[in-house]
Amino acid sequence: MSNPTDDRLCCDIIEIKGLNKWYGEFHALKNIDLTVKEGEIIVICGPSGSGKSTLIRCINFLEKFQEGSIVVDGTELTDDVKKIRQVRSEVSMVFQHFNLFPHLSIIDNLTLAPIWVHNETKQQAKEKALTLLDRVGIKDQAEKYPNQLSGGQQQRVAIARALCTSPKIMLFDEPTSALDPEMISEVLDVMIELAKEGITMLCVTHEMGFAKKVADRVIFMDEGQVIEQNTPDKFFDNPESERLQLFLDQILTN
Amino acid sequence: MAVYPLKETKKAPQSQTKAIQWLKENLLSSTSNVLLTLTALYLIYLILPPILNWTIFDANFDLTADNDSCGREGACWAFIYDNFKMFIYGFYPQEELWRIDTMFGLIVVMIMFGSWIKKSQYRMHYIIGAFLVYPIAAFFLLHGGLGLEVVGTDKWGGLTLTIVVAAVGIVASFPLGILFALGRQSKMRIVKFISVVFIEFVRGVPLITILFMASVILPLFFSVGMDFDKLLRALIGITLFQTAYIAEVIRGGLQAIPKGQYEAADASGLNFVQKTTLIILPQALKISIPNIVGSFIALFKDTTLILIIGLYDMLAIVGAATSNSSWLGRNSEGYVFVAFVMWVILYSMSRYSKKLEVRFSTEHKN
Repeated sequence: MSNPTDDRLCCDIIEIKGLNKWYGEFHALKNIDLTVKEGEIIVICGPSGSGKSTLIRCINFLEKFQEGSIVVDGTELTDDVKKIRQVRSEVSMVFQHFNLFPHLSIIDNLTLAPIWVHNETKQQAKEKALTLLDRVGIKDQAEKYPNQLSGGQQQRVAIARALCTSPKIMLFDEPTSALDPEMISEVLDVMIELAKEGITMLCVTHEMGFAKKVADRVIFMDEGQVIEQNTPDKFFDNPESERLQLFLDQILTN
Repeated sequence: MAVYPLKETKKAPQSQTKAIQWLKENLLSSTSNVLLTLTALYLIYLILPPILNWTIFDANFDLTADNDSCGREGACWAFIYDNFKMFIYGFYPQEELWRIDTMFGLIVVMIMFGSWIKKSQYRMHYIIGAFLVYPIAAFFLLHGGLGLEVVGTDKWGGLTLTIVVAAVGIVASFPLGILFALGRQSKMRIVKFISVVFIEFVRGVPLITILFMASVILPLFFSVGMDFDKLLRALIGITLFQTAYIAEVIRGGLQAIPKGQYEAADASGLNFVQKTTLIILPQALKISIPNIVGSFIALFKDTTLILIIGLYDMLAIVGAATSNSSWLGRNSEGYVFVAFVMWVILYSMSRYSKKLEVRFSTEHKN
């Protein structure tokens, strides 16, 4: 599998080789090879149970894997707690169900990791948090608690929280799947803005409009394997594999 | 096809006054419900008048009366008045009572100071400091030392002892309970095994058994000369007992925390201790408040069991006071009084727990 070339993209930041994962007897990821360049925007799609969430959750070691190797920005992921923390300090994640901390105010949600993991002062962390909240358009809600916000607002807070530690890589695990339809666009707008800034992004999503607009590469997974990957225009206009054609037919017609 | 205009919102119809509606819905909604209401009223009619007669209408409120002049048809409250100090302080020497008053007074002062600095950034330091320093101060005040005359624990008694035992049990079992709850969830096999064995063993044994074991069997393990305090043994027994229950209550809270909270904390790069103390425990403890307080209330009541190993808590004082020849046969007054004091304390605890729940839930809504 070769990556599409692009002048903007130079160095490999994630290297996944021969990745295999089992849940008990179930073979969830089958021999995945994937290289991501710095600044690349990758969209991963596929039917449910295809292993796409599992794949990106392996990158920050929320899921353990049994075979293969993952190197993130020069650090190889092993059971070593130090290496895991090293990788997690550079990789942020946005979850399907937001997973904000309900007992902390919005601003405390954002400053938690900078203060405790990255040893920033409260003042520094707070200033940065307010800037980020301003960017996602909810600065005036900083003192509120997560449950007082709408789903779309909560997800934007979650994105701001993920950005607060100045990560090199952002992982999005179906960020719009749990949202009411009228709130999807406000979250996608934030993600599109982010994509333009050159941060490395891996997004598991079914928002094909988003993929067409910003992705450098779209990956189709099924049954734990990468079936096809291509630039967005080729991916959508000339799908090569039968399974991708079928999948695109299904999600684009309804 | 058509377009429909928005309709105005109206108030819900209210035909009857609220009181009558409430009566109808709750007491008179069906034939069986009417029968139950009537039965309950009849039972109240049977029980209430004798109680009121004994405690108030036929009772003797003359506080200078003695056992004979008091009469037997109603309660003799002079008994309580005459023995009040013993109910509160046990057999603590008269001239040293100020030490107990100081100990309780300090708590009031500390709470007042705590609410005065509510907004201060040093509030957490103050609370933690208070929890570390106060027990030491309280120990020296009660027990003596540092220039104060030593008062042996055999002299401690009454409500003071009840509160000391309950407070030590509560304060010591809470952190231990958290540790065992976390231990039971641990991925480390040995930690988990020890926690499970401890919790299941202690929960499977009645408190009386643990108290007997603490007072009779425990000394067998130590050499003859090293006879350590009876009260200390009881405190250790009660703390271990309470620890097991608190651990299970908190485990319930821990299990209610969604997996996503652990994942979000992990993904942020928090380490295990940070994840546990900053994310998981605050939420788990908040959910557990009603059950934790319920468990503390149960413990407070269970402290009366220490009388069987020869300690004089408030309930045991009734026996001591009525075995005095001048107040023979006034047990009823004593038990009613103890029940009343217990109820006031426990009901306050229960109300306070309600208040805490409301405070923590509104923190998320205002």
